[in-house]
Amino acid sequence: MSRNRGRNLRSLWRSGVDHLATGLAILATVLVVAPLIAIFFYLVYKGASSLNWAFFTQIPKPEGEVGGGMANAIVGSAVVLFVASLFGIPIGIGGGIYLAEFGRGTKLANAVRFTADVLNGVPSIVMGIAAFSLIVVPMHHYSALAGGVALGIMMIPTVTRTTEEMLLMVPHSVREAALGLGVPNWRSVLSITLKTASPGVITGCMLAFARVAGETAPLLFTALGNQFWSVSLNHEISALPLQIYNYAISPYDDQHRQAWAGSLVLIALIVIAVSLVRFVTSRGTLKGAS
Amino acid sequence: MGVGIEVKALNAWYGSNHTLQDIELNIPANHATALIGPSGCGKSTFVRCLNRMHETNPIARVTGTVRIGDLDIYHDISPVEIRRRVGMVFQRPNPFPTMSIYDNVCSGLKLNGFRNRRELDEIVERSLRNAALWDEVKDDLKKKSGASLSGGQQQRMCIARALAVDPEVLLMDEPASALDPVSTSKIEDLIFQLKSQYTIVIVTHNMQQAARVAEKTGFFLNGRMVEFDSTHKIFTNPSDKRTEDYITGRFG
Repeated sequence: MSRNRGRNLRSLWRSGVDHLATGLAILATVLVVAPLIAIFFYLVYKGASSLNWAFFTQIPKPEGEVGGGMANAIVGSAVVLFVASLFGIPIGIGGGIYLAEFGRGTKLANAVRFTADVLNGVPSIVMGIAAFSLIVVPMHHYSALAGGVALGIMMIPTVTRTTEEMLLMVPHSVREAALGLGVPNWRSVLSITLKTASPGVITGCMLAFARVAGETAPLLFTALGNQFWSVSLNHEISALPLQIYNYAISPYDDQHRQAWAGSLVLIALIVIAVSLVRFVTSRGTLKGAS
Repeated sequence: MGVGIEVKALNAWYGSNHTLQDIELNIPANHATALIGPSGCGKSTFVRCLNRMHETNPIARVTGTVRIGDLDIYHDISPVEIRRRVGMVFQRPNPFPTMSIYDNVCSGLKLNGFRNRRELDEIVERSLRNAALWDEVKDDLKKKSGASLSGGQQQRMCIARALAVDPEVLLMDEPASALDPVSTSKIEDLIFQLKSQYTIVIVTHNMQQAARVAEKTGFFLNGRMVEFDSTHKIFTNPSDKRTEDYITGRFG
């Protein structure tokens, strides 16, 4: 009898601990998601009312006038981010491939890895100054190109380190299979290892993209901002974070409202861009692929 | 058709560890040759020296000569090229997880730039038939990932993948040790059929398996080849005391 009761108590205790652990995990999940949801709803509350057709089709009205939109900033962000991705993703992935596949254990690889980690911690405004002195000063004017490069440099460390981690997770047996078939090493790295790791690599690129999409500081002395239409890489260009910043510190209520709307649009566009890439890259995945 | 393999004074190291010592061996063409011995005796290292996979490990080193057909594989040919002539099947099935069954089988050809679709279709079918897998997968060739098959099917797919590049020699490093008995016997039947077309070298822990599939058997111990003879002789009347001790289960 007493043994039976002991067993019941023990199982009661165990299921109690089990429920507690599950509860804590759920609580942690809520705490992770809550700020995101809170921010999003606050943005909708503050910004949705200012969203209208004009917001997406018109350029800003002169100071003090009501109305106008951020069409040039939306397009400008797209241009700058395109340049940044074009610049940052190939270099980042290349660096990650070097670290994981060719330079493993070498001094140069350790130096590159350390540099990437340091670069990751460099304040974004410093990136802006770097791009300013590298591109704006020699060219004698601000440009979309300089803004893109500043953001691109910021993307490199994230992309490099996630690419490296994801490549290292590809089992050794898969590499051996390719080499055993008489596939040259470079081909095996690109077509087998990188392809096997591609879901993780793409996630890394998207993280880097989403992070720099909202950056303002690196654009302040590179892309500068522009109240008018421009898609030229060679001229100053508007971008959503810049426009939000300018409107947020302005004295006009209508511009404050537009800054809220701009923030909402920025977040929504990042979500759309990331989902789109996920959707496109996940097509063609096979049944049972791991 | 398969070709014979002639090994002279082969030595191999992992770092300072001398894993193969003065191996001399003639492996006959179009036969199955089994290599047996306890774990760590060097038999896996030996087969990896036959397609120069051994040297993919940066701390590994090899000396001596290996002639496959009329080629000295350490002098006359690049490691990449020799691996197209000497196929390998590994201990654990290692499909390419992102590829369909079809792409897995023809990966060796495709990755080397072969693009003729009609020929690829034919080669995939022939290789899968040779690997006794065609009937089980023919409806899902391009739909299913190679990784979605069962372990035994995966291993037969890996054999088909090795056959698709049309090698002369097939090395099998404990190809059935991770499989259940039914899959194991399928692989053994397969080896039995394939040896008319290829020279097969199979490393195995399982002595009954060696006895079932191979005409010749070599016994490895501590990095040396103790005895190499017809399988029948090795298992009934070995010349060396150590071979006898091993096959009668006194150690290993």
